[in-house]
Amino acid sequence: MLIIENLHATVGGPENPKPILKGLSLSVPAGEIHAIMGPNGAGKSTLSNVLGGKPGYEVTAGSVTFRGEDLLALEPHERAAKGLFLGFQYPVEIPGVSNVQFLREALNSQRKARGEEPLSGGEFLKLAKDKAGLLKMDMDMLKRQVNVGFSGGEKKRAEMVQMGILDPAFAVLDETDSGLDIDALRIVGAGINSIMRSPDKAVLLITHYQRLLDVVKPDKVSILAGGRIVETGGPELALRLEAEGYDAVMA
Amino acid sequence: MTEAATLTLPTRRDEAWRYADMDALARLGMAALDQWKEITLAPGETRRHAMVVGSASPELHRIRIRLGEGARAELFVTNAGSDYTRVEVEVHLARAAHFEFGGVTIGGGTATREFVTQVIHAEPEATSNQTIRAVHWNTGTGNFLGEIKVARHAQKTDAAQDFKGLLLEAGASANAVPQLEIFADDVKCAHGATVGALDEAARFYMMARGVDPATAQRLMVQAFIGDAFVALDDEAQRETLLDAALAALEGAKL
Repeated sequence: MLIIENLHATVGGPENPKPILKGLSLSVPAGEIHAIMGPNGAGKSTLSNVLGGKPGYEVTAGSVTFRGEDLLALEPHERAAKGLFLGFQYPVEIPGVSNVQFLREALNSQRKARGEEPLSGGEFLKLAKDKAGLLKMDMDMLKRQVNVGFSGGEKKRAEMVQMGILDPAFAVLDETDSGLDIDALRIVGAGINSIMRSPDKAVLLITHYQRLLDVVKPDKVSILAGGRIVETGGPELALRLEAEGYDAVMA
Repeated sequence: MTEAATLTLPTRRDEAWRYADMDALARLGMAALDQWKEITLAPGETRRHAMVVGSASPELHRIRIRLGEGARAELFVTNAGSDYTRVEVEVHLARAAHFEFGGVTIGGGTATREFVTQVIHAEPEATSNQTIRAVHWNTGTGNFLGEIKVARHAQKTDAAQDFKGLLLEAGASANAVPQLEIFADDVKCAHGATVGALDEAARFYMMARGVDPATAQRLMVQAFIGDAFVALDDEAQRETLLDAALAALEGAKL
């Protein structure tokens, strides 16, 4: 579903480009949940930002193919319409715009780009209510402004509700577990399982900790270090990392 | 000031005309300067007016409002002209009266749109609140010149002005000139002015969820100007003013 080949990327603009990704290759087929772990500064967030198309990141070599298409040629909103979801490490506050309005615009923009009919207000609210319930989020929260006044945990939970409503084929989740307490972590992990565990979907799960992987149970685990995937294994690789640390495992 | 003072065209040396489009004013001619709409509110009376101003020709709207004791006047304006469009409001507040003003200037091209207010707190305990938002692109300009005068005995005056400008591209401009003239010693007068660009992080967040760039911009502009009409307690009027402003946004630089 997602094939990344020899990806090189820089940040910092044309005057002062800083290479972060240095020949990253990775393939995630449909049906797979693939965890990416790695030390700070390895390029994990850069990888998710490059996949999402965030301005300020320059791809200098390599390719990303998503469902048979050149992902890097698409604008961020076109990537979303193709079925890519980018979970933010730090979800952004948008004062003055309610979650309901934002998500309805987002979903209907995506549907329009795919040549589908827009959902009516009633249809959308029913869908939103279902997905909020799944993540044990109060419907009142969805009527509030996007992420404004939400705690760290609420923001991450809201991200998962968004994912449920938008129903992507592929999710890149960047440290979705950071800032969560143990209960919220279980809810979010169960949310990922119920929304994305499917033979026709896949997830790239970027995380620092085993805790989330205990709930989500990845099929594969890769270590990202120095801008490249240095090792790929099964779930046992994450357990080894947790027990021994990056230095020992990568040595 | 007497009416005789308007017998010659003002110049940009006059503080209240500092950012005005003098060529457009000359096209309007002297006659427009004498067109004051005079409104008087009886003690305790409440009146609200919402209007959309601006067209393809210059416009000058001059309004004088005198409020009796305990009266309340609310004025809400979308100023979306594609030529020079100026709304001037002079307000005279008696004891415990309130003046509420919400204004939006929005537009591209080369035009100047402006609000010029003079609020006179002539007696004690009167309050006023003014919220102005300016959204511009191309080399469009939005101005707010807000003067507040508090008379010597007008204690317990509470006056506030809040201006925010949003510039969608380099070349557009927003000017805010708060002027406070306070002769009483027990008053509250607050004013704030900021000018900035669209929040790029929010724009990317929306696009990452599938919102196209034009819709993302519209949502953010709608949220930004919404502040000016929060106090407008009539949903239909609020929608009319918002729709007029957002219609002006069509074709703006993304």
